[in-house]
Amino acid sequence: MNSRIASVAFNTFREAVRDRVLYNLIAFALLLSGAAILVGQISIDIERLVVVNLGLTAVTLFGAVIAIFIGIGLVSKEIDKRTLYTVLSRPVRRWEFVVGKFFGLTGTLVLNTFFMAIGVFLALLYEAHKLEKSDGWVLVALYFIVLQFLMVCALALFFSSFSTPLMSAVFTFALFAIGSLSDDLRGFAGIARGPGGWMVAAIAYLVPNFSALNVINRVAHGDPVPGRLILYNTVYALLYSAMAISGAVLIFQRRNLK
Amino acid sequence: MSATRRVNWAASAVLLVSMAGAVTTLRAIDRIRRGATFQEALYIRSSKALRRMSLGYTGLLADIYWTRAVQYFGYQHHTSSTDFSLLAPLLQMTTELDPRLLPAYQFGANFLGPKPPNGAGTPEKALALMNYGIEHNPDQWRLYYNLGFLCYTELKDYSKAADAFARGAKVAGANPFMSVLAARMAQHAGEFDTARMLWRTTYESTKDPQIQRNAVEHLQALRVDEDVTRLEEVVAKYHQQSGTLPASMSGLERAGFIRGTPMDPTGRPYQLKSDGRIEVQDPDRILFITKGLPPGMASPQPKVAKKD
Repeated sequence: MNSRIASVAFNTFREAVRDRVLYNLIAFALLLSGAAILVGQISIDIERLVVVNLGLTAVTLFGAVIAIFIGIGLVSKEIDKRTLYTVLSRPVRRWEFVVGKFFGLTGTLVLNTFFMAIGVFLALLYEAHKLEKSDGWVLVALYFIVLQFLMVCALALFFSSFSTPLMSAVFTFALFAIGSLSDDLRGFAGIARGPGGWMVAAIAYLVPNFSALNVINRVAHGDPVPGRLILYNTVYALLYSAMAISGAVLIFQRRNLK
Repeated sequence: MSATRRVNWAASAVLLVSMAGAVTTLRAIDRIRRGATFQEALYIRSSKALRRMSLGYTGLLADIYWTRAVQYFGYQHHTSSTDFSLLAPLLQMTTELDPRLLPAYQFGANFLGPKPPNGAGTPEKALALMNYGIEHNPDQWRLYYNLGFLCYTELKDYSKAADAFARGAKVAGANPFMSVLAARMAQHAGEFDTARMLWRTTYESTKDPQIQRNAVEHLQALRVDEDVTRLEEVVAKYHQQSGTLPASMSGLERAGFIRGTPMDPTGRPYQLKSDGRIEVQDPDRILFITKGLPPGMASPQPKVAKKD
Protein backbone atom coordinates (compact mmCIF):
# COMPACT_ATOMS: atom_id res chain seq x y z
CA MET A 1 0.00 0.00 0.00
CA ASN A 2 1.11 3.52 -0.77
CA SER A 3 2.73 5.01 2.38
CA ARG A 4 0.50 8.09 2.34
CA ILE A 5 -2.64 5.91 2.21
CA ALA A 6 -1.22 3.83 5.04
CA SER A 7 -0.61 6.97 7.12
CA VAL A 8 -4.15 8.24 6.60
CA ALA A 9 -5.51 4.76 7.38
CA PHE A 10 -3.43 4.45 10.54
CA ASN A 11 -4.46 7.88 11.77
CA THR A 12 -8.13 7.13 11.06
CA PHE A 13 -7.80 3.93 13.06
CA ARG A 14 -6.02 5.74 15.91
CA GLU A 15 -8.64 8.46 15.96
CA ALA A 16 -11.46 5.91 16.11
CA VAL A 17 -9.79 4.20 19.05
CA ARG A 18 -9.30 7.58 20.76
CA ASP A 19 -12.99 8.32 20.17
CA ARG A 20 -13.70 5.30 22.38
CA VAL A 21 -15.34 3.38 19.54
CA LEU A 22 -14.13 0.13 21.00
CA TYR A 23 -16.15 0.83 24.15
CA ASN A 24 -19.05 -0.83 22.35
CA LEU A 25 -17.28 -4.07 23.12
CA ILE A 26 -18.22 -3.66 26.76
CA ALA A 27 -21.90 -3.40 25.85
CA PHE A 28 -21.52 -6.39 23.54
CA ALA A 29 -19.79 -8.46 26.23
CA LEU A 30 -22.49 -7.62 28.76
CA LEU A 31 -25.26 -8.47 26.29
CA LEU A 32 -23.75 -11.78 25.29
CA SER A 33 -22.75 -12.97 28.74
CA GLY A 34 -26.15 -11.97 30.10
CA ALA A 35 -27.88 -13.79 27.25
CA ALA A 36 -25.69 -16.86 27.63
CA ILE A 37 -26.57 -17.16 31.31
CA LEU A 38 -30.23 -16.40 30.70
CA VAL A 39 -30.84 -18.78 27.80
CA GLY A 40 -29.15 -21.55 29.75
CA GLN A 41 -31.92 -21.19 32.31
CA ILE A 42 -34.98 -20.59 30.17
CA SER A 43 -34.53 -22.33 26.82
CA ILE A 44 -34.63 -26.02 26.14
CA ASP A 45 -32.36 -27.52 23.50
CA ILE A 46 -31.86 -24.26 21.61
CA GLU A 47 -29.15 -22.70 23.75
CA ARG A 48 -26.54 -22.92 20.99
CA LEU A 49 -29.02 -21.61 18.43
CA VAL A 50 -29.86 -18.58 20.56
CA VAL A 51 -26.22 -17.78 21.29
CA VAL A 52 -25.22 -17.96 17.61
CA ASN A 53 -28.27 -16.05 16.38
CA LEU A 54 -28.07 -13.36 19.04
CA GLY A 55 -24.28 -13.11 18.93
CA LEU A 56 -23.95 -12.79 15.16
CA THR A 57 -26.93 -10.44 14.87
CA ALA A 58 -25.43 -8.22 17.55
CA VAL A 59 -22.04 -8.28 15.77
CA THR A 60 -23.77 -7.15 12.56
CA LEU A 61 -25.83 -4.39 14.13
CA PHE A 62 -23.09 -3.02 16.38
CA GLY A 63 -20.64 -3.03 13.48
CA ALA A 64 -23.09 -1.48 11.03
CA VAL A 65 -23.93 1.32 13.47
CA ILE A 66 -20.21 2.03 14.02
CA ALA A 67 -19.49 1.88 10.27
CA ILE A 68 -22.28 4.32 9.53
CA PHE A 69 -21.68 6.80 12.33
CA ILE A 70 -17.93 6.95 11.89
CA GLY A 71 -18.05 6.65 8.10
CA ILE A 72 -20.34 9.65 7.67
CA GLY A 73 -18.07 11.90 9.71
CA LEU A 74 -14.80 10.91 8.12
CA VAL A 75 -14.76 13.73 5.59
CA SER A 76 -16.97 16.36 7.21
CA LYS A 77 -15.12 16.21 10.52
CA GLU A 78 -11.81 16.85 8.79
CA ILE A 79 -13.33 19.84 6.99
CA ASP A 80 -14.93 21.23 10.17
CA LYS A 81 -11.70 20.91 12.13
CA ARG A 82 -9.77 22.26 9.13
CA THR A 83 -7.33 19.37 9.48
CA LEU A 84 -8.12 18.31 5.92
CA TYR A 85 -6.18 21.30 4.53
CA THR A 86 -3.12 20.30 6.51
CA VAL A 87 -3.40 16.73 5.25
CA LEU A 88 -3.90 17.71 1.62
CA SER A 89 -0.97 20.13 1.74
CA ARG A 90 1.44 17.36 2.87
CA PRO A 91 1.00 16.53 -0.07
CA VAL A 92 -1.60 13.75 0.15
CA ARG A 93 -3.73 13.46 -2.95
CA ARG A 94 -7.48 13.60 -2.52
CA TRP A 95 -8.00 10.02 -3.72
CA GLU A 96 -5.35 8.82 -1.31
CA PHE A 97 -7.16 10.57 1.51
CA VAL A 98 -10.48 8.84 0.62
CA VAL A 99 -8.91 5.41 0.17
CA GLY A 100 -6.87 5.81 3.36
CA LYS A 101 -9.98 6.75 5.32
CA PHE A 102 -11.72 3.64 3.99
CA PHE A 103 -8.90 1.34 5.02
CA GLY A 104 -8.63 2.99 8.43
CA LEU A 105 -12.29 2.51 9.17
CA THR A 106 -12.42 -1.07 7.90
CA GLY A 107 -9.34 -1.82 10.01
CA THR A 108 -11.15 -0.52 13.07
CA LEU A 109 -14.16 -2.66 12.27
CA VAL A 110 -12.10 -5.78 11.62
CA LEU A 111 -10.45 -5.39 15.02
CA ASN A 112 -13.81 -4.74 16.65
CA THR A 113 -15.31 -7.81 14.96
CA PHE A 114 -12.33 -9.90 16.02
CA PHE A 115 -12.99 -9.11 19.68
CA MET A 116 -16.71 -9.68 19.30
CA ALA A 117 -16.03 -13.03 17.58
CA ILE A 118 -13.99 -14.08 20.60
CA GLY A 119 -17.00 -13.13 22.72
CA VAL A 120 -19.34 -15.26 20.59
CA PHE A 121 -17.08 -18.30 20.82
CA LEU A 122 -16.63 -17.84 24.58
CA ALA A 123 -20.40 -17.72 24.99
CA LEU A 124 -20.71 -20.86 22.86
CA LEU A 125 -18.11 -22.57 24.98
CA TYR A 126 -19.91 -21.53 28.13
CA GLU A 127 -23.20 -22.95 26.85
CA ALA A 128 -22.03 -26.18 25.23
CA HIS A 129 -18.84 -26.73 27.26
CA LYS A 130 -17.04 -27.63 24.02
CA LEU A 131 -16.73 -26.40 20.46
CA GLU A 132 -17.94 -28.61 17.63
CA LYS A 133 -16.72 -28.94 14.06
CA SER A 134 -19.87 -27.24 12.76
CA ASP A 135 -19.03 -24.17 14.85
CA GLY A 136 -16.37 -23.49 12.22
CA TRP A 137 -19.16 -22.21 9.94
CA VAL A 138 -19.72 -19.42 12.47
CA LEU A 139 -16.35 -18.11 11.30
CA VAL A 140 -17.66 -17.99 7.73
CA ALA A 141 -20.71 -16.04 8.93
CA LEU A 142 -18.37 -13.63 10.73
CA TYR A 143 -16.31 -13.28 7.57
CA PHE A 144 -19.46 -12.41 5.63
CA ILE A 145 -20.34 -9.85 8.29
CA VAL A 146 -16.93 -8.22 7.78
CA LEU A 147 -17.67 -8.13 4.04
CA GLN A 148 -20.91 -6.34 4.84
CA PHE A 149 -18.95 -3.79 6.89
CA LEU A 150 -16.65 -3.14 3.92
CA MET A 151 -19.67 -2.26 1.81
CA VAL A 152 -21.33 -0.16 4.52
CA CYS A 153 -18.08 1.76 5.12
CA ALA A 154 -17.68 2.40 1.41
CA LEU A 155 -21.29 3.62 1.13
CA ALA A 156 -20.98 5.87 4.19
CA LEU A 157 -17.82 7.35 2.75
CA PHE A 158 -19.48 7.79 -0.64
CA PHE A 159 -22.40 9.73 0.83
CA SER A 160 -20.17 11.76 3.15
CA SER A 161 -18.13 12.90 0.15
CA PHE A 162 -20.98 15.14 -0.99
CA SER A 163 -23.63 15.28 1.73
CA THR A 164 -24.09 16.44 5.31
CA PRO A 165 -23.45 13.90 8.09
CA LEU A 166 -27.16 13.68 8.92
CA MET A 167 -28.23 13.03 5.35
CA SER A 168 -25.35 10.60 4.84
CA ALA A 169 -26.51 8.64 7.89
CA VAL A 170 -30.08 8.53 6.56
CA PHE A 171 -28.95 7.39 3.08
CA THR A 172 -26.61 4.74 4.42
CA PHE A 173 -29.14 3.41 6.94
CA ALA A 174 -31.77 3.27 4.20
CA LEU A 175 -29.44 1.35 1.90
CA PHE A 176 -28.50 -1.00 4.72
CA ALA A 177 -32.20 -1.75 5.32
CA ILE A 178 -33.01 -2.08 1.61
CA GLY A 179 -29.92 -4.21 1.01
CA SER A 180 -30.94 -6.56 3.81
CA LEU A 181 -34.23 -7.18 1.97
CA SER A 182 -32.70 -7.09 -1.52
CA ASP A 183 -33.71 -10.69 -2.31
CA ASP A 184 -37.36 -9.62 -2.29
CA LEU A 185 -36.55 -6.65 -4.49
CA ARG A 186 -34.83 -8.81 -7.11
CA GLY A 187 -37.67 -11.33 -6.88
CA PHE A 188 -40.08 -8.53 -7.66
CA ALA A 189 -37.86 -7.34 -10.53
CA GLY A 190 -37.93 -10.87 -11.94
CA ILE A 191 -41.71 -10.76 -12.21
CA ALA A 192 -42.29 -7.13 -13.24
CA ARG A 193 -42.43 -6.46 -17.01
CA GLY A 194 -41.87 -3.48 -19.32
CA PRO A 195 -40.06 -0.21 -18.51
CA GLY A 196 -41.18 -0.40 -14.87
CA GLY A 197 -39.66 -3.87 -14.66
CA TRP A 198 -36.34 -2.68 -16.11
CA MET A 199 -36.25 0.19 -13.66
CA VAL A 200 -36.90 -2.11 -10.69
CA ALA A 201 -34.25 -4.52 -12.02
CA ALA A 202 -31.72 -1.69 -12.32
CA ILE A 203 -32.43 -0.56 -8.76
CA ALA A 204 -32.40 -4.14 -7.50
CA TYR A 205 -28.91 -4.71 -8.91
CA LEU A 206 -27.60 -1.30 -7.87
CA VAL A 207 -28.51 -1.51 -4.18
CA PRO A 208 -26.13 -3.60 -2.06
CA ASN A 209 -27.07 -7.23 -1.67
CA PHE A 210 -26.68 -7.97 2.03
CA SER A 211 -29.13 -10.89 1.92
CA ALA A 212 -26.60 -13.29 0.39
CA LEU A 213 -24.08 -12.22 3.01
CA ASN A 214 -26.43 -13.12 5.84
CA VAL A 215 -25.96 -16.81 6.63
CA ILE A 216 -26.55 -16.46 10.37
CA ASN A 217 -29.61 -18.70 10.46
CA ARG A 218 -27.91 -21.34 8.33
CA VAL A 219 -24.77 -21.58 10.49
CA ALA A 220 -26.85 -21.45 13.67
CA HIS A 221 -28.27 -24.80 12.57
CA GLY A 222 -24.80 -26.07 11.74
CA ASP A 223 -25.43 -26.11 7.98
CA PRO A 224 -22.36 -25.69 5.75
CA VAL A 225 -21.89 -22.69 3.44
CA PRO A 226 -20.96 -23.59 -0.18
CA GLY A 227 -17.42 -22.69 -1.19
CA ARG A 228 -18.64 -20.99 -4.35
CA LEU A 229 -20.87 -18.69 -2.28
CA ILE A 230 -17.88 -17.70 -0.17
CA LEU A 231 -15.88 -16.93 -3.32
CA TYR A 232 -18.63 -15.02 -5.11
CA ASN A 233 -19.62 -13.08 -2.00
CA THR A 234 -16.00 -12.04 -1.52
CA VAL A 235 -15.70 -10.89 -5.14
CA TYR A 236 -19.05 -9.12 -4.95
CA ALA A 237 -18.25 -7.25 -1.72
CA LEU A 238 -14.86 -6.15 -3.03
CA LEU A 239 -16.30 -4.98 -6.35
CA TYR A 240 -19.20 -3.17 -4.71
CA SER A 241 -16.87 -1.45 -2.26
CA ALA A 242 -14.54 -0.49 -5.13
CA MET A 243 -17.52 0.93 -6.99
CA ALA A 244 -18.62 3.09 -4.02
CA ILE A 245 -15.08 4.21 -3.22
CA SER A 246 -14.34 5.18 -6.82
CA GLY A 247 -17.64 7.12 -6.84
CA ALA A 248 -16.51 8.89 -3.64
CA VAL A 249 -13.12 9.65 -5.21
CA LEU A 250 -14.74 11.11 -8.33
CA ILE A 251 -16.98 13.39 -6.27
CA PHE A 252 -14.28 14.38 -3.80
CA GLN A 253 -11.92 15.25 -6.66
CA ARG A 254 -14.42 17.82 -7.90
CA ARG A 255 -15.46 19.15 -4.52
CA ASN A 256 -14.68 22.76 -3.76
CA LEU A 257 -13.05 22.74 -0.33
CA LYS A 258 -12.58 26.49 0.03
CA MET B 1 -2.61 14.67 -19.05
CA SER B 2 -2.71 16.27 -15.57
CA ALA B 3 -2.63 14.16 -12.39
CA THR B 4 -6.21 15.11 -11.49
CA ARG B 5 -7.42 14.07 -14.90
CA ARG B 6 -5.59 10.76 -14.65
CA VAL B 7 -7.20 10.08 -11.27
CA ASN B 8 -10.63 10.94 -12.68
CA TRP B 9 -10.16 8.57 -15.60
CA ALA B 10 -8.87 5.79 -13.39
CA ALA B 11 -11.69 6.25 -10.85
CA SER B 12 -14.31 6.27 -13.65
CA ALA B 13 -12.85 3.10 -15.13
CA VAL B 14 -12.80 1.37 -11.72
CA LEU B 15 -16.39 2.52 -11.11
CA LEU B 16 -17.68 1.09 -14.39
CA VAL B 17 -15.71 -2.15 -14.23
CA SER B 18 -16.63 -2.81 -10.60
CA MET B 19 -20.29 -2.00 -11.28
CA ALA B 20 -20.41 -4.46 -14.19
CA GLY B 21 -18.48 -7.01 -12.16
CA ALA B 22 -20.77 -6.60 -9.13
CA VAL B 23 -23.90 -7.15 -11.22
CA THR B 24 -22.38 -10.23 -12.91
CA THR B 25 -21.28 -11.67 -9.56
CA LEU B 26 -24.67 -11.00 -8.05
CA ARG B 27 -26.30 -12.96 -10.86
CA ALA B 28 -23.91 -15.83 -10.17
CA ILE B 29 -24.80 -15.65 -6.46
CA ASP B 30 -28.51 -15.78 -7.31
CA ARG B 31 -27.87 -18.93 -9.35
CA ILE B 32 -26.24 -20.57 -6.31
CA ARG B 33 -29.02 -19.41 -4.00
CA ARG B 34 -31.81 -20.44 -6.38
CA GLY B 35 -35.20 -19.58 -4.95
CA ALA B 36 -33.77 -17.13 -2.40
CA THR B 37 -34.94 -14.15 -4.41
CA PHE B 38 -38.48 -15.09 -3.63
CA GLN B 39 -38.75 -16.46 -0.16
CA GLU B 40 -41.96 -18.17 0.78
CA ALA B 41 -42.22 -16.31 3.99
CA LEU B 42 -45.12 -14.79 5.80
CA TYR B 43 -43.33 -13.03 8.58
CA ILE B 44 -46.33 -11.95 10.61
CA ARG B 45 -49.57 -13.88 10.51
CA SER B 46 -51.65 -11.69 12.81
CA SER B 47 -53.32 -8.74 11.15
CA LYS B 48 -53.99 -7.23 14.59
CA ALA B 49 -50.27 -7.24 15.40
CA LEU B 50 -49.51 -5.90 11.96
CA ARG B 51 -52.05 -3.08 12.39
CA ARG B 52 -50.33 -1.96 15.58
CA MET B 53 -46.91 -2.17 14.00
CA SER B 54 -48.07 -0.16 10.98
CA LEU B 55 -48.69 2.93 13.18
CA GLY B 56 -51.93 3.46 11.30
CA TYR B 57 -50.50 3.15 7.79
CA THR B 58 -52.60 0.06 7.13
CA GLY B 59 -53.40 1.07 3.55
CA LEU B 60 -49.78 1.02 2.50
CA LEU B 61 -49.19 -2.24 4.34
CA ALA B 62 -52.22 -3.79 2.63
CA ASP B 63 -50.80 -2.71 -0.74
CA ILE B 64 -47.50 -4.37 0.13
CA TYR B 65 -49.23 -7.60 1.21
CA TRP B 66 -51.36 -7.55 -1.92
CA THR B 67 -48.28 -7.15 -4.11
CA ARG B 68 -46.66 -9.97 -2.20
CA ALA B 69 -49.70 -12.22 -2.73
CA VAL B 70 -49.61 -11.64 -6.50
CA GLN B 71 -45.85 -12.07 -6.54
CA TYR B 72 -46.13 -15.29 -4.53
CA PHE B 73 -48.80 -16.80 -6.76
CA GLY B 74 -46.98 -15.72 -9.94
CA TYR B 75 -43.72 -17.20 -8.75
CA GLN B 76 -45.24 -20.50 -7.63
CA HIS B 77 -47.15 -20.74 -10.89
CA HIS B 78 -44.08 -19.83 -12.94
CA THR B 79 -42.02 -22.53 -11.22
CA SER B 80 -44.87 -25.05 -11.78
CA SER B 81 -45.26 -25.57 -8.06
CA THR B 82 -48.36 -27.16 -6.57
CA ASP B 83 -47.89 -25.54 -3.18
CA PHE B 84 -49.95 -22.38 -2.76
CA SER B 85 -50.33 -22.68 0.99
CA LEU B 86 -49.46 -19.03 1.67
CA LEU B 87 -51.94 -17.58 -0.81
CA ALA B 88 -54.96 -17.73 1.54
CA PRO B 89 -53.17 -16.13 4.55
CA LEU B 90 -51.62 -13.46 2.33
CA LEU B 91 -55.01 -12.52 0.88
CA GLN B 92 -56.62 -12.69 4.29
CA MET B 93 -54.00 -10.34 5.75
CA THR B 94 -54.38 -8.00 2.77
CA THR B 95 -58.14 -7.74 3.11
CA GLU B 96 -58.09 -7.48 6.90
CA LEU B 97 -55.67 -4.57 6.60
CA ASP B 98 -57.77 -2.94 3.89
CA PRO B 99 -61.21 -4.55 3.52
CA ARG B 100 -61.90 -2.34 0.50
CA LEU B 101 -59.07 -3.71 -1.64
CA LEU B 102 -61.41 -5.29 -4.20
CA PRO B 103 -58.85 -6.86 -6.59
CA ALA B 104 -57.72 -9.13 -3.74
CA TYR B 105 -61.21 -10.68 -3.51
CA GLN B 106 -61.39 -11.25 -7.24
CA PHE B 107 -57.96 -12.85 -7.19
CA GLY B 108 -59.05 -15.10 -4.33
CA ALA B 109 -62.25 -16.12 -6.12
CA ASN B 110 -60.22 -17.15 -9.16
CA PHE B 111 -57.19 -18.81 -7.60
CA LEU B 112 -58.01 -20.01 -4.09
CA GLY B 113 -60.64 -22.47 -5.24
CA PRO B 114 -59.22 -24.42 -8.21
CA LYS B 115 -57.17 -27.49 -7.46
CA PRO B 116 -53.36 -27.25 -7.87
CA PRO B 117 -51.60 -26.53 -10.16
CA ASN B 118 -54.17 -23.97 -11.25
CA GLY B 119 -54.92 -22.73 -7.75
CA ALA B 120 -54.60 -23.41 -4.05
CA GLY B 121 -57.41 -26.00 -3.92
CA THR B 122 -59.08 -24.36 -0.93
CA PRO B 123 -62.60 -23.37 -2.07
CA GLU B 124 -63.77 -23.05 1.54
CA LYS B 125 -61.16 -20.34 2.12
CA ALA B 126 -62.20 -18.63 -1.10
CA LEU B 127 -65.80 -18.71 0.12
CA ALA B 128 -64.82 -17.25 3.50
CA LEU B 129 -62.84 -14.48 1.75
CA MET B 130 -65.78 -13.61 -0.51
CA ASN B 131 -68.24 -13.52 2.38
CA TYR B 132 -65.84 -11.28 4.31
CA GLY B 133 -65.59 -9.01 1.28
CA ILE B 134 -69.36 -8.75 0.85
CA GLU B 135 -69.81 -8.12 4.56
CA HIS B 136 -67.46 -5.12 4.36
CA ASN B 137 -68.46 -3.94 0.87
CA PRO B 138 -72.16 -4.72 0.47
CA ASP B 139 -72.51 -2.11 -2.28
CA GLN B 140 -69.97 -3.71 -4.63
CA TRP B 141 -71.79 -5.87 -7.20
CA ARG B 142 -68.52 -7.37 -8.45
CA LEU B 143 -68.05 -9.19 -5.15
CA TYR B 144 -71.44 -10.90 -5.57
CA TYR B 145 -70.38 -11.77 -9.10
CA ASN B 146 -67.13 -13.26 -7.77
CA LEU B 147 -69.04 -15.24 -5.16
CA GLY B 148 -71.47 -16.56 -7.78
CA PHE B 149 -68.58 -17.39 -10.06
CA LEU B 150 -66.89 -19.33 -7.27
CA CYS B 151 -70.08 -21.23 -6.40
CA TYR B 152 -70.57 -22.07 -10.07
CA THR B 153 -67.06 -23.08 -11.09
CA GLU B 154 -65.63 -24.69 -7.98
CA LEU B 155 -68.45 -25.61 -5.64
CA LYS B 156 -70.89 -26.56 -8.44
CA ASP B 157 -73.60 -25.18 -6.20
CA TYR B 158 -75.84 -23.58 -8.81
CA SER B 159 -78.56 -22.45 -6.42
CA LYS B 160 -76.04 -20.57 -4.28
CA ALA B 161 -74.54 -19.11 -7.46
CA ALA B 162 -78.02 -17.99 -8.59
CA ASP B 163 -78.61 -16.44 -5.16
CA ALA B 164 -75.29 -14.55 -5.28
CA PHE B 165 -75.99 -13.20 -8.79
CA ALA B 166 -79.52 -12.23 -7.78
CA ARG B 167 -78.27 -10.37 -4.69
CA GLY B 168 -75.66 -8.62 -6.79
CA ALA B 169 -78.25 -7.61 -9.39
CA LYS B 170 -80.08 -5.64 -6.67
CA VAL B 171 -77.04 -3.50 -5.88
CA ALA B 172 -77.25 0.03 -7.33
CA GLY B 173 -75.20 0.35 -10.51
CA ALA B 174 -74.85 -3.41 -10.99
CA ASN B 175 -74.12 -4.71 -14.47
CA PRO B 176 -77.48 -5.75 -16.06
CA PHE B 177 -75.77 -9.01 -16.86
CA MET B 178 -76.13 -10.05 -13.22
CA SER B 179 -79.86 -10.66 -13.47
CA VAL B 180 -79.34 -12.63 -16.73
CA LEU B 181 -76.78 -14.80 -14.98
CA ALA B 182 -79.09 -15.31 -12.02
CA ALA B 183 -81.87 -16.46 -14.35
CA ARG B 184 -79.58 -18.76 -16.36
CA MET B 185 -78.30 -20.42 -13.19
CA ALA B 186 -81.82 -21.51 -12.41
CA GLN B 187 -82.44 -23.29 -15.73
CA HIS B 188 -79.28 -23.64 -17.80
CA ALA B 189 -76.51 -23.96 -15.23
CA GLY B 190 -74.60 -26.75 -16.98
CA GLU B 191 -74.70 -25.29 -20.48
CA PHE B 192 -71.75 -24.04 -22.49
CA ASP B 193 -73.32 -20.62 -23.04
CA THR B 194 -73.66 -20.02 -19.32
CA ALA B 195 -70.06 -21.01 -18.63
CA ARG B 196 -68.87 -18.87 -21.54
CA MET B 197 -70.80 -15.87 -20.24
CA LEU B 198 -69.16 -16.23 -16.86
CA TRP B 199 -65.61 -16.57 -18.13
CA ARG B 200 -66.09 -13.71 -20.59
CA THR B 201 -67.42 -11.44 -17.83
CA THR B 202 -64.49 -12.47 -15.66
CA TYR B 203 -62.08 -11.57 -18.46
CA GLU B 204 -63.73 -8.22 -19.11
CA SER B 205 -64.08 -7.22 -15.46
CA THR B 206 -60.41 -7.44 -14.54
CA LYS B 207 -57.09 -5.86 -15.40
CA ASP B 208 -55.10 -8.61 -13.73
CA PRO B 209 -53.15 -10.45 -16.47
CA GLN B 210 -53.12 -13.72 -14.50
CA ILE B 211 -56.90 -13.73 -14.17
CA GLN B 212 -57.27 -12.74 -17.83
CA ARG B 213 -54.96 -15.53 -19.02
CA ASN B 214 -56.83 -18.05 -16.89
CA ALA B 215 -60.14 -16.86 -18.36
CA VAL B 216 -58.80 -17.10 -21.93
CA GLU B 217 -57.59 -20.65 -21.33
CA HIS B 218 -61.00 -21.64 -19.96
CA LEU B 219 -62.79 -19.94 -22.88
CA GLN B 220 -60.60 -21.88 -25.34
CA ALA B 221 -61.30 -25.12 -23.48
CA LEU B 222 -65.04 -24.40 -23.59
CA ARG B 223 -64.81 -23.79 -27.32
CA VAL B 224 -63.07 -27.12 -27.87
CA ASP B 225 -65.56 -28.99 -25.65
CA GLU B 226 -68.43 -27.41 -27.54
CA ASP B 227 -66.86 -28.01 -31.00
CA VAL B 228 -66.14 -31.66 -30.23
CA THR B 229 -69.67 -32.22 -28.90
CA ARG B 230 -71.18 -30.63 -32.01
CA LEU B 231 -68.88 -32.50 -34.43
CA GLU B 232 -69.57 -35.86 -32.75
CA GLU B 233 -73.30 -35.16 -33.09
CA VAL B 234 -72.73 -34.48 -36.80
CA VAL B 235 -70.82 -37.76 -37.17
CA ALA B 236 -73.66 -39.62 -35.44
CA LYS B 237 -76.17 -38.00 -37.79
CA TYR B 238 -74.07 -39.00 -40.80
CA HIS B 239 -73.89 -42.55 -39.47
CA GLN B 240 -77.63 -42.59 -38.98
CA GLN B 241 -78.26 -41.46 -42.56
CA SER B 242 -75.63 -43.43 -44.47
CA GLY B 243 -75.16 -46.44 -42.21
CA THR B 244 -71.37 -45.96 -42.24
CA LEU B 245 -68.96 -43.68 -40.43
CA PRO B 246 -67.36 -40.88 -42.45
CA ALA B 247 -63.77 -41.64 -43.53
CA SER B 248 -62.57 -38.08 -43.02
CA MET B 249 -63.65 -34.51 -42.30
CA SER B 250 -63.73 -33.85 -46.05
CA GLY B 251 -66.29 -36.68 -46.34
CA LEU B 252 -68.51 -34.80 -43.91
CA GLU B 253 -67.93 -31.62 -45.85
CA ARG B 254 -68.79 -33.24 -49.20
CA ALA B 255 -71.99 -34.62 -47.70
CA GLY B 256 -72.90 -31.06 -46.64
CA PHE B 257 -72.81 -31.65 -42.89
CA ILE B 258 -70.09 -29.09 -42.23
CA ARG B 259 -68.61 -26.10 -44.03
CA GLY B 260 -64.80 -26.02 -44.33
CA THR B 261 -62.34 -27.81 -42.06
CA PRO B 262 -63.07 -27.07 -38.42
CA MET B 263 -60.03 -25.82 -36.47
CA ASP B 264 -59.25 -25.84 -32.76
CA PRO B 265 -58.14 -22.61 -30.97
CA THR B 266 -54.47 -23.36 -31.74
CA GLY B 267 -55.25 -23.34 -35.50
CA ARG B 268 -54.92 -27.11 -35.97
CA PRO B 269 -57.73 -29.08 -37.67
CA TYR B 270 -59.79 -31.43 -35.54
CA GLN B 271 -59.12 -35.11 -36.29
CA LEU B 272 -61.82 -37.64 -37.08
CA LYS B 273 -60.93 -41.08 -35.69
CA SER B 274 -61.98 -44.39 -37.28
CA ASP B 275 -64.47 -45.06 -34.47
CA GLY B 276 -66.19 -41.72 -35.11
CA ARG B 277 -64.61 -39.85 -32.19
CA ILE B 278 -63.22 -36.33 -32.62
CA GLU B 279 -59.82 -35.50 -31.20
CA VAL B 280 -57.63 -32.41 -31.05
CA GLN B 281 -54.19 -32.85 -32.62
CA ASP B 282 -52.12 -31.67 -29.68
CA PRO B 283 -54.14 -31.96 -26.48
CA ASP B 284 -51.28 -30.75 -24.26
CA ARG B 285 -51.51 -27.31 -25.83
CA ILE B 286 -55.10 -26.67 -24.78
CA LEU B 287 -55.54 -26.65 -21.02
CA PHE B 288 -58.70 -27.69 -19.15
CA ILE B 289 -60.42 -29.45 -22.11
CA THR B 290 -62.59 -32.40 -21.15
CA LYS B 291 -63.47 -33.53 -24.68
CA GLY B 292 -61.46 -34.30 -27.83
CA LEU B 293 -58.84 -36.15 -25.80
CA PRO B 294 -57.29 -39.54 -26.70
CA PRO B 295 -58.93 -42.41 -24.74
CA GLY B 296 -57.73 -42.53 -21.14
CA MET B 297 -56.09 -39.11 -21.16
CA ALA B 298 -57.01 -36.78 -18.28
CA SER B 299 -57.92 -33.15 -18.79
CA PRO B 300 -54.64 -31.22 -19.35
CA GLN B 301 -53.68 -28.94 -16.47
CA PRO B 302 -50.85 -26.40 -16.10
CA LYS B 303 -47.48 -28.11 -15.83
CA VAL B 304 -46.27 -29.21 -12.41
CA ALA B 305 -42.62 -29.19 -11.36
CA LYS B 306 -41.17 -32.64 -10.68
CA LYS B 307 -40.35 -33.21 -7.06
CA ASP B 308 -36.78 -34.28 -6.21
